[in-house]
Amino acid sequence: MAATVETVEQVRGIEKYKYGFVTDIETETAPKGLSEDIVRFISAKKNEPEWLLEWRLKAYRHWLTMPEPEWAKVQFPPIDYQDSYYYSAPKSPEDRPKSLDEVDPKLLETYEKLGIPLTEQKMLAGVAVDAVFDSVSVATTFKKNLEEVGVIFCSISEAVQNHPELVKKYLGSVVPYGDNKHACLNSAVFTDGSFVYIPKGVRCPMELSTYFRINAENTGQFERTLIIADEGSYVSYLEGCTAPMRDENQLHAAVVELITLDDAEIKYSTVQNWYPGDENGNGGIYNFVTKRGACRGRNSKISWTQVETGSAITWKYPSCILQGDNSVGEFYSIAITNNHQQADTGTKMIHLGKNTRSRIIAKGISAGQSDSTYRGLVRISAKAEGARNFTQCDSLLIGDRCGAHTVPYIESKNRNAILEHEATTSRISEDQLFYCRQRGISEEDAVALVVNGFCREVMQQLPMEFAVEAQKLVGISLEGSVG
Amino acid sequence: MTEAFNEHFGALRDHLPGQNLSWLTALRQRGLDRFAKNGLPTPRMEAWKYTSLRPIEKVDFAAEGVPRACISIDRAPSLLPEATESHRLVFVDGHFRSDLSRLGELPEGARITTLGEQMVDDPDWLHGHLDHLEAPLVQPMLALNTAMMMNGFVLRLARGTVLPHPIEVIHLGGAGDAPLAYHPRNLVVLEEGSQATLIEHCSHLGEQPYLSNSMTEISVADGATLRHYKLQADALNAFHLATVKAEVGRDATYDSFCMTTGARLSRNEVSVRLSGQGADCHLNGAYLVRGEQHCDNTTVVDHLVPNTTCREVFKGVVDDKARAVFQGKLKVHRDAQHTNGHQLSKVLLLSDRAEINAKPELEIYADDVVCSHGATAGDLDHDALFYLRARGIPEAAARSMLIEAFLGESVDQIAAEGLCPALMASIGHWLAGSRGDY
Repeated sequence: MAATVETVEQVRGIEKYKYGFVTDIETETAPKGLSEDIVRFISAKKNEPEWLLEWRLKAYRHWLTMPEPEWAKVQFPPIDYQDSYYYSAPKSPEDRPKSLDEVDPKLLETYEKLGIPLTEQKMLAGVAVDAVFDSVSVATTFKKNLEEVGVIFCSISEAVQNHPELVKKYLGSVVPYGDNKHACLNSAVFTDGSFVYIPKGVRCPMELSTYFRINAENTGQFERTLIIADEGSYVSYLEGCTAPMRDENQLHAAVVELITLDDAEIKYSTVQNWYPGDENGNGGIYNFVTKRGACRGRNSKISWTQVETGSAITWKYPSCILQGDNSVGEFYSIAITNNHQQADTGTKMIHLGKNTRSRIIAKGISAGQSDSTYRGLVRISAKAEGARNFTQCDSLLIGDRCGAHTVPYIESKNRNAILEHEATTSRISEDQLFYCRQRGISEEDAVALVVNGFCREVMQQLPMEFAVEAQKLVGISLEGSVG
Repeated sequence: MTEAFNEHFGALRDHLPGQNLSWLTALRQRGLDRFAKNGLPTPRMEAWKYTSLRPIEKVDFAAEGVPRACISIDRAPSLLPEATESHRLVFVDGHFRSDLSRLGELPEGARITTLGEQMVDDPDWLHGHLDHLEAPLVQPMLALNTAMMMNGFVLRLARGTVLPHPIEVIHLGGAGDAPLAYHPRNLVVLEEGSQATLIEHCSHLGEQPYLSNSMTEISVADGATLRHYKLQADALNAFHLATVKAEVGRDATYDSFCMTTGARLSRNEVSVRLSGQGADCHLNGAYLVRGEQHCDNTTVVDHLVPNTTCREVFKGVVDDKARAVFQGKLKVHRDAQHTNGHQLSKVLLLSDRAEINAKPELEIYADDVVCSHGATAGDLDHDALFYLRARGIPEAAARSMLIEAFLGESVDQIAAEGLCPALMASIGHWLAGSRGDY
């Protein structure tokens, strides 16, 4: 009898992981629109402590007073915040496509090209799958391994329940709720995201990925990720995946906060391939993300690597605040835009500590009628003795209807700091294309090859798992840009 | 402060040149309305992010409609060697001084006058050329200049006219007995195939602070060449705001160099429109600032048509608590294929409290282009310094040598005979005035 109860518990446990929250919520969806009641509703659903509700409400009230940020080089009609759902239950199996036959063939074609296994295809397309699913067991094993070394890796909602002291200490400490309008909205209504804590001196035994967190398939519209690397620890975190993601929520406002203490290192890699809209620029995701890391400790390091190919609009500036002496910040980015996509992305490197170093490598590729902007800030404070920055931004243009822009801000208040910035813009080389074509490589493949060469420096920074798929993704993203 | 300028306008209304021209009165009114709408620029405006005009508001400037009693000087502070033949115009506190000027003989087709004279002599021509260039930025100071425009110089060259000698315009400020604000308006029109060299020198006479808010409109027609060099060595309590708008036609060249050593706060804002195929532009500059000086160089280059080129190099040395700003925008418009645009900003910070804010910007809408920009900031190269010290050269001298060489590279680009030594001398003078103990 006892065994039966245990099994039931376990099954419930799995169910819970699968959707990220308890099952009985499925029947409830908050009404459209945003108000204090909705914020309270979300908080209540998550069974959150009082302080978090207060924080959400403070954020919400502040959000009401904030103007829309208009400085980015992107254009879109004003967002009707009252026309969205801020809390909806996960789709029940009945609503999902029954099999891959019901999924958009175009989507399947892309999966095929990326070489994604069939079961994963089903998961990505949101097909209702059997209760027993490979990745569940894989993920459980992963979890066990992590627990052994003391790594905490769970959804932020779980972390609020199980590790409130850590969440309370660090949440909003890097991106305060009033930072910008989108981050503020996220603070008020965030519903999911990851929480990672690496204890002192631990080198995380595997690459952590949202993909392997069981509730990954339900990554929310307002994700909130918090990663803390305690003294002397290391973690590599992968976000997103190369496969195209469909989502009916147009507005995505995520916040990611990273904290490294003495001698710790976080490597954060992102591949973003949200739905970019169709060839005529209809639809597509608005991806407004605030990502920031604080190198609080001495000799700590934060490295951002991103491959941005999706979304109709990308508004994203993963940044590093280099507070600890000798800390290092890195930013490697590839932003590919095609058709009518708009990307305004870059980084901020704020040097506060002595001998802090930062390195920025940004590659922008624009095709079709898209616009891609690098916008970055390097600030050396008066106390950042011996700080060093190197920035390189290269843009590649494919076609004569697209745009590539570079807007760097360079501020130095220390004479012992050395800053270097260089940027170039050019078109894809005819000679290189001709050379490839001459050897029988089709024009589209040739473009993919040349572009991959152009981004090699950044590709090399990606973890193996991503790198191979990312290369293919480059080719796919640029389909239809030539000929 | 916006109020104060409005009062100035009220007070000066009856003294400003061109009272009888209705189109000019309307133009002034439009400028005044535009200025009133925006007010003085603030760091909240993106184009003025790093430069605050607050210090200006602390001085109680007056406006002066008519020149004060003549101050006599023995010799105009010319940048050119004594023997060089040149056409010289001298302005004191914004007013033209014919007694100090020396126009000399001009070839046929060349005219050098003042804005006031031009209003009397040929108002229709003026109507066709004044305020006709488009502005890429929101420019409240330009609007203010348009409202209050006073006597500046006017240079007209007819088709094919080549001026063999340089024109030197000397602006002297601070001669009055109260802080003065003035708004010179200059106009340069070079018709097809003409050529000229224009040298501007801003310096000072007295002790009073002054605010010079000048605007220079330049049009370089097809095949023409203008070499435009400027040394701004205003008093260290002065404010220097200069706006230049240039339009460059087919196969025409605009070569510009601006060196800044003076003024408490200065902004040199140059926008160039390359509107004809084969147009070429050099936009160079150097600055040496110390104390509490603030020096802002802002440039915008628009490549509007295919096959245009632009080279831009700004080098600066910042010491003490001084601040320097470099904002350079290079915009390649749709269809402006085969554009070649390069921009470079290099800065030496010599003190722990010196500051540089740079924003080199590329905005590109055409694919077959080669564009680049670079920016560096840092102290003198320690290896080079060590090399010199190892050879027994004292540190201060070694530093001076390196700084001179650093800036000399850009001064060497100047194509006006006799001017380079004067600019190098002013660099030497600046270095001699430094504490030397960095």
